[in-house]
Amino acid sequence: MAAVTRGSFIVFRRLLSQQYRCRCFRPQCVSSGRSVQTLAFTRDRTQRRFAWRTLHTNTVNYGPVVQFKLSDIGEGIMEVTVKEWYVKEGDKVSQFDSICEVQSDKASVTITSRYDGVIRKLYYEVDATAQVGMPLVDIETESKVIQEEDVVETPAMDQEEHTHQEIKGHKTQATPAVRRLAMENNIKLSEVVATGKDGRILKEDILNFLSKQTGAILPPAPMQHIQTPPPIPVAIKPAPAMPKPMFTGKDVTEPLKGFHKAMVKTMTAALKIPHFGYCDEVDLSRLVRVRKDLQPVTQAQGVKLSYMPFFIKAASLGLLHFPSLNASLDDACQNITYKASHNIGLAMDTSQGLLVPNVKNVQMLSVLEIALELNRLQTLGAAGQLGTADLTGGTFTLSNIGSIGGTYAKPVILPPEVAIGALGKIQILPRFDASGQVTAAHIMKVSWSADHRIIDGATMCRFSNLWREYLETPEQMLLHLK
Amino acid sequence: MVVSAWTTPPCLFSAGLHSFSKLTEEGVLIFQSKSTDIHQNLALEDWIESNVDLTNRRLFLLWRSRAAVVIGRHQNPWAECNQEAMRNAGVPLARRRSGGGTVYHDIGNLNLTFFSCRKLYDRQRNLKAVTDALRRARPELDVRATERLDIVLDGKYKISGSASRLSRGASYHHCTLLHSADGSALRSVLRPQSLVSTATPPPVLSPTHLPKVPKLLNAVSFCFSPEFGVSSPLAVLDPSDESLFPGIGRIASELRSWEWTFGKTPKFTVQTEINLSDDLTLERTTAQLHIEVKNGLVSSIDVTFQHQWLPQRLIHELCGVLTGERFCPHLNLALLKTAAYLVYNAFVLVR
Repeated sequence: MAAVTRGSFIVFRRLLSQQYRCRCFRPQCVSSGRSVQTLAFTRDRTQRRFAWRTLHTNTVNYGPVVQFKLSDIGEGIMEVTVKEWYVKEGDKVSQFDSICEVQSDKASVTITSRYDGVIRKLYYEVDATAQVGMPLVDIETESKVIQEEDVVETPAMDQEEHTHQEIKGHKTQATPAVRRLAMENNIKLSEVVATGKDGRILKEDILNFLSKQTGAILPPAPMQHIQTPPPIPVAIKPAPAMPKPMFTGKDVTEPLKGFHKAMVKTMTAALKIPHFGYCDEVDLSRLVRVRKDLQPVTQAQGVKLSYMPFFIKAASLGLLHFPSLNASLDDACQNITYKASHNIGLAMDTSQGLLVPNVKNVQMLSVLEIALELNRLQTLGAAGQLGTADLTGGTFTLSNIGSIGGTYAKPVILPPEVAIGALGKIQILPRFDASGQVTAAHIMKVSWSADHRIIDGATMCRFSNLWREYLETPEQMLLHLK
Repeated sequence: MVVSAWTTPPCLFSAGLHSFSKLTEEGVLIFQSKSTDIHQNLALEDWIESNVDLTNRRLFLLWRSRAAVVIGRHQNPWAECNQEAMRNAGVPLARRRSGGGTVYHDIGNLNLTFFSCRKLYDRQRNLKAVTDALRRARPELDVRATERLDIVLDGKYKISGSASRLSRGASYHHCTLLHSADGSALRSVLRPQSLVSTATPPPVLSPTHLPKVPKLLNAVSFCFSPEFGVSSPLAVLDPSDESLFPGIGRIASELRSWEWTFGKTPKFTVQTEINLSDDLTLERTTAQLHIEVKNGLVSSIDVTFQHQWLPQRLIHELCGVLTGERFCPHLNLALLKTAAYLVYNAFVLVR
């Protein structure tokens, strides 16, 4: 009881000190001076599980507010009790941050966010009953997303719990989110091959169905911006087998869905930009030799070295001199933002369709590091696992259509960037050398497009010349080694 | 009932060794924890959930702990168990990450944790594996899993309760299995103090109905059914090994901290009456106490004396002292009482 006596002694002393000071009892305003036990409880768990966001009110207007619904917990449970909120209105959240803790029938569930954005509204108080399928929070997101429920992420693809449902005579089993996805893309569930337990249709089934139809997948994915067939990066796999031609015998009309729909949107936005084109050819003979010499070295380190790392690095070196090509113009055409990082995008043909992941901060990377990063992106792309971080934030793009074929092209700029380059195939062509002799040179054509509102022809031309110089005499890049 | 000395029946933990069947593509791993420390074992569960890739893989963990009371994630420890009795008996309190009710653990209780990815989360299936195994060992036993995910013996004795946790990628479902627990110790600590609580209400079958089950004991040969198939022999894990489980020490200390065990209690209020009597003047009075507790701390406290025992100003001072302190009914009330006495006496002196 020592603590009690001590505690009470403090009380006694504190309270009586005033009374001894003045002989009669008089209420006094005394500062309470109590030792408030501050709840300094920090949960420094691994980032993967809980990432506490510091509170700051976000005044930037992001984008549409998405209703984030409570997903199916499984086992037919329709309601849960909200036990603890980890966020409040105004908090910034990232995808996979914990939002709240709910409880149902002895199961404690942590609900994590599906989107990046700002929490705008909490629908329930602590200890309130939340309904599965009803909105849990409103999140103001950065980009347009389909309104979906909290989807549980497992490494490869989204997985969801199942509810047994029957609708309108279709005995198809699928969760509400899957149904919505199907509805938005005008897919009949009966046409989709179900791979889930007991014949349930999963989200992957819908996505597979779509990709078979259109060759690409759903949001958010920056789209193709070249009018020629989709490119494949140089020095990677051979082109996929040609599909067997099928004679149907009649016209087929189908509504635009998924990939095409998104492309229409992107292209309409992109072609609002006044483009101009500039083309040139680059003699890569020396680069071919350099690469051949370096390949065994990188091979030993387990890195595949194609030409792309050189193209990308040369572009970055060029952008240092011409920052207006690594910029962005705002919608109202009032301000131009010169981006500090050179996040150079690379068009890639993946199982998810045509995507443009970017290599971040190329200005800080060496050619080898770029090659490593490209390998990583290519592996992810092949596995269909490219994440939002890799796909957003690009400032400049290179598209290697030459890996499939073609020489000159007229690429379409991907907003909010202002320039793009399309690289044709490397051909061995006769050229005159310095002494007037005909020699075999490795020639690659390049086609640049730029936003004529802020870039003029001369700038593009000078940039292209600089870029070409770095590639025609790769030893010049040595001068810039740090 | 005396706690039977724990002799590890070899068959109890050589679960799958007897019933190794076809390898399923799911790939099941079975582990046993070496530790009998409740916090370490809970930390191990937590570590596995966060760090092991459970796509297409199931993991079973078998563990037991020394005497401890384990409350669910959102429960109120003061409502569920008697802190004073626990302190006297040296029984620690732990709050687990999963939901559900309060259980008493000791060596006579076997815990089973079934880890899987969320897609394969299926508690009924897990319990079926357990009941099948029990029936295979002792065919005469009438054990059944209920809808509430308890396992019931002879239709009336609860021998197992479940709880689970689901997070972004992984899930686990754990259950107890009483085979020779100390019933009297259990009853003495799982007696709540009289408090008003808004925490998760306890399950229908209260702990005092937990049965003595002398039938279900030592020679239980516990075989997992071919339900899951088994793909690896039992391996023993040491949760105190930081090199095997980096970060587990931190998880265990977090689970031991006051902030987790008590600080995570949902808001609740206490309404009670205390009797005060003055030895000198033989005055008696009662006081109504209304305490609100949030995050385990006294967020507000209100004392109303029956007679005008103390001026309002002093009462506020008194309450102010306790506000923000950690809630501990024993200490808080005693403190309040003693302080009230002292102040009153001083007040009387000065008057």
